[in-house]
Amino acid sequence: MSNNVTPEKRVKVASNQSAASNQSVSRWFKKNNHGNRLLTLVLFLPPALLLFTIFVILPIGEAGYYSLFRWNGYGEPTKWVEFGNYTRLFKHSAFDTAVWNTLKIILISIVIQLPLALIIALSIYKKSWTNSLFRLIFFLPYILAEVAAGLIWRFVFDGDYGVMSSFTEALNTDSWYILADNNWAFVAILVVLVWKYFGFHMMIYIAALQGVPKDLIEASKLDGASRFQAIWYVKIPLIISGITISIFFSILGALQTFDLIMPLTGGGPSNSTHTLVSYLYTFGITRMNVGFGSAVGVVLFICCVIFAFTYQSTMMKDKK
Amino acid sequence: MRYQNTKTLHKLERNWKKVVYPMAIAASLTTSFTWADTTIRMLHLEADPKVVSVWEQVAHDYEKANPGQTIKLEYLENEAFKQKLPTLLQSEQRPDIFYSWGGGNFQTRVDAGLLKDVSKEMEDVKSKFSDVSFNAFNYQGKQYGLPYMVSQVGFWYNKSLFQQAGVDADQVVTWDDFLGAIKKLQAAGITPITTAGGDKWPVQFYWALLTMRQAGQQGIQDAIDKKEPAFAGEDFIKAGEELKRLVDLKPFQSGHLAASFGDSSGNFGDGKSAMQLMGDWNYLFQAQQSISGKGVGDDNLGWMNFPVLKDGKGKATDTLGGIAGWVLTSEASPEAVQWLKYFSNIEMQKHLASINMIIPVVKGADVAIENPFKKRIAQNIANSSWHQLFYDQAFGANVGSVVNDVSAGILGGALSPQEAAEQVQEAWEFE
Repeated sequence: MSNNVTPEKRVKVASNQSAASNQSVSRWFKKNNHGNRLLTLVLFLPPALLLFTIFVILPIGEAGYYSLFRWNGYGEPTKWVEFGNYTRLFKHSAFDTAVWNTLKIILISIVIQLPLALIIALSIYKKSWTNSLFRLIFFLPYILAEVAAGLIWRFVFDGDYGVMSSFTEALNTDSWYILADNNWAFVAILVVLVWKYFGFHMMIYIAALQGVPKDLIEASKLDGASRFQAIWYVKIPLIISGITISIFFSILGALQTFDLIMPLTGGGPSNSTHTLVSYLYTFGITRMNVGFGSAVGVVLFICCVIFAFTYQSTMMKDKK
Repeated sequence: MRYQNTKTLHKLERNWKKVVYPMAIAASLTTSFTWADTTIRMLHLEADPKVVSVWEQVAHDYEKANPGQTIKLEYLENEAFKQKLPTLLQSEQRPDIFYSWGGGNFQTRVDAGLLKDVSKEMEDVKSKFSDVSFNAFNYQGKQYGLPYMVSQVGFWYNKSLFQQAGVDADQVVTWDDFLGAIKKLQAAGITPITTAGGDKWPVQFYWALLTMRQAGQQGIQDAIDKKEPAFAGEDFIKAGEELKRLVDLKPFQSGHLAASFGDSSGNFGDGKSAMQLMGDWNYLFQAQQSISGKGVGDDNLGWMNFPVLKDGKGKATDTLGGIAGWVLTSEASPEAVQWLKYFSNIEMQKHLASINMIIPVVKGADVAIENPFKKRIAQNIANSSWHQLFYDQAFGANVGSVVNDVSAGILGGALSPQEAAEQVQEAWEFE
């Protein structure tokens, strides 16, 4: 033994050291705890992160993984096809149609649905019992479940029994089956979409308009502003945050459109009315091409992420 | 001693959960094991209460004869059945026996190891069934289940409407005769055909039968075997062109592209159109879907086999249809196998045949068929030179759906016959 430290002493030294390191950890912790913020993080982040990983991150990763396989959903995927699913997807004409249809929904939302909602909101935002009644009426379609709404409209559009048939009878023309018409079926769907969701956007605008200070409007009137000028220069600038939110919702809604399409046309005729999601469901899930479906899902995911980030960083950025 | 006793009691009091919970779990496990031994679960999609009540009676008799065994018939609606089955079969909730068609979907499930090889167990009943139907559940030399019924697709027609237009169904032999009949019907102001473009699979029958008539058994087999140019070949394009010729006459009811199978059968049942290309099951369905509930009556109803193509390689006796049956899942018990063998007995087949519910597959059961239509169809299948399964079942979920798509595509004018054939081939190559 070169040094004369007894075994007992050694133990003591070691425990001293560990106590010292314990002390330094707790000191570091205290220093960085910023009023219990670090503690909260340590306690609450792991369960949240775990749940988020299991239910969000892993499925996304799995979808990305499966999209590289030709796989029918049975057992483990084994047939590696690299980017075969993606090349097949971009070559598929029905996918082009689905993308176009989704873009059409976005366009119609912004050009027709939102202005319509705004006009109605402007005319009924003041508090009175008739206005409440109209609000209720306009909001009703939104309350209705999508599938029920789809089935109702399928009946409306039916050329044999529906409202459409009495219309064509009155005009004395041949009965028209709009949902069986390659060129018009999607127009019919767009009509239903506008009808279904304008009430939702109207409510956002009404809420925003009720927050516009009355004295500002009165001041503008005293300054000689016309009704239109008051709307254009005072009300709309003040509810612009409501409008950006509603555009955000309508684009996101367009990317998700599915539950109206299935009962109305199921994507037909000739795949002319698919949206991205109904395309995913039809060609990925019902046909047992889980790999292919995953590829569609990944594309959809990328679209959503790109949109969300660009929108956040441009439209929804706080103007300083 | 006393002190120690109270101590253990305290311990128990504190830790009772540690004792009770495992016991409860163990108890529930053992009960569920015994339960799994005696309960045979059979999943089906039969919506007709008449058929189900017959099955229940059979199951009841069997339970009586075999105490301790319970037969549970479980029902899922057709579309729900098709969509839930893939996940259901991989879960712990899988049934012992389930309804299945022969063909691609069945083979996919065998490949995935989901079905039980019962070649040995079924050896002794093999001779009871017709060969074609028995072999529909044979794949790579192994047997996975038993057939239950067969069906054929052909034209149902309305005799009085035919008469009105001066069409003699017996004279319609070739495709050209058929197109001639369409023109005659139209001249008489009658809608010639009803179909369901919204559901697509009824339209598939046209493309399927035309390709069968044109390419013949060998041609279809070559395409399946991927012998170039397979489905993109001349015969398949020709079949599409013949379908296009029909479509160009505008023979279908208006709105057919969005119509469902129910709409279309109702249209026929109401006497609004003269023909419907559909399977033998439509005999009852068209009546159910009609406004009166009676449909086209027996005296007014006719059956016509699909016409032949003049230069085609297919024969008039080649038939398209289905063979449905029951397969066993990989962990099905020996009791389930015994039950299935019992279930497929000749008495029940006879009984169901006599009430027009099925065209039986057990040899000798077809004598019970009294209905002339069903009798004729049973004979067609018995004398068939080649019984092809519905394409959407035979080719598997994916290619089958593409076949449905392209058929509806030709009908709607969205696809040319050339494009249709190419799309099927593309899907098949990817398979």
